[in-house]
Amino acid sequence: MSRTVRLVMFGVAAAVLAPLFGLAIAGAPPFGTASHPYRDLAVAAALRNATANVVSSINFDQRGLDTLVEETILLASVVGATIVLRASTGDVRRELAGDDRALAAVTLVSVAVLPGTLLIGLDVVVHGHLTPGGGFQGGVVLATGLHLLYLASRYETLERLRPLHWYRWSEGLSTAAFGGIGVGGLATGAGFLANVLPHGSFADLLSGGTVPLLNIAVGVAVAGGVVVLLAQFLDQALRIASERDGKG
Amino acid sequence: MHWYAYTVAGWLMLVGSFGIVRSRDLVHAVVSLSVAQSGTYVLLLAVGYQSGAPAPVFAGGPAPSTRVVDPVVQAMALTDIVVSATVTALLLALSIQVHARHRTVDPDALTRLRG
Repeated sequence: MSRTVRLVMFGVAAAVLAPLFGLAIAGAPPFGTASHPYRDLAVAAALRNATANVVSSINFDQRGLDTLVEETILLASVVGATIVLRASTGDVRRELAGDDRALAAVTLVSVAVLPGTLLIGLDVVVHGHLTPGGGFQGGVVLATGLHLLYLASRYETLERLRPLHWYRWSEGLSTAAFGGIGVGGLATGAGFLANVLPHGSFADLLSGGTVPLLNIAVGVAVAGGVVVLLAQFLDQALRIASERDGKG
Repeated sequence: MHWYAYTVAGWLMLVGSFGIVRSRDLVHAVVSLSVAQSGTYVLLLAVGYQSGAPAPVFAGGPAPSTRVVDPVVQAMALTDIVVSATVTALLLALSIQVHARHRTVDPDALTRLRG
């Protein structure tokens, strides 16, 4: 298909879709009104289970099964990217030259900021059922915070301080732990991923039943998954560099 | 003003799709897909908005009541973002492999199948 044909087809499709979208919006309830029936039910259910962050309550309690599937999508994507980016025969790893050290100022700032960033990541995961945040957000903060080590020094240092197989195991095991907590609900007869633990008192650190546990499981899984994913891309950058060096 | 958020959502969706259609670079196509997906976040959050209502997080915030913005669509937007990130990672990995095999990332130049 040539570019012109493709653009014309897009133009026709967009000209049909845009007015239909406008019609759909015109028929929808107006913007910003007080009529949100699902909101009323979800907030009531979250308050019943003493979970202060209603979004976390929906993700890990009311729609727990969806989040388990979402978690599995993340696992599948990490496995997929690892398979697609695996080293094929003939790939040589470039040996990094000794003089590509980071600027002293960058190293200083990265090392100074690293502990705080990891602490914020843990805080976001652990308080996911109370304040904005949760396992997904905190896991990403933890994983990207760890890569400050990459900015601070050389790639070899990151590799030495970050045993990759730990992260592989942590991602798989914490996804299994999510399922395990779900089976725990089944064992008590309440149903898969039912919130069977004591709910505690509202807005306490120990409240919300299984929600904080599932948050921690997801936080570990996301941190492990993102670290493994970024490691594949960083490794790939080294290999591509080696090919370019070989040609030039 | 009432149309504004929905118009932005539709516009992002269309402009992202347009970017994919006229793309000359697979990485550009992947970023365009992310733009189109952000249209869905805006749409979801616009659907759940209530004028003047606080966020649905009660610890240290507003007194528990149902007068908050809709948390159901916010949870959906979170799922949406996670899926979008994983799809982007996988597509970028595939783009790297396409470049390694075909020495190009221009979709128009990728016309031959290669075993």
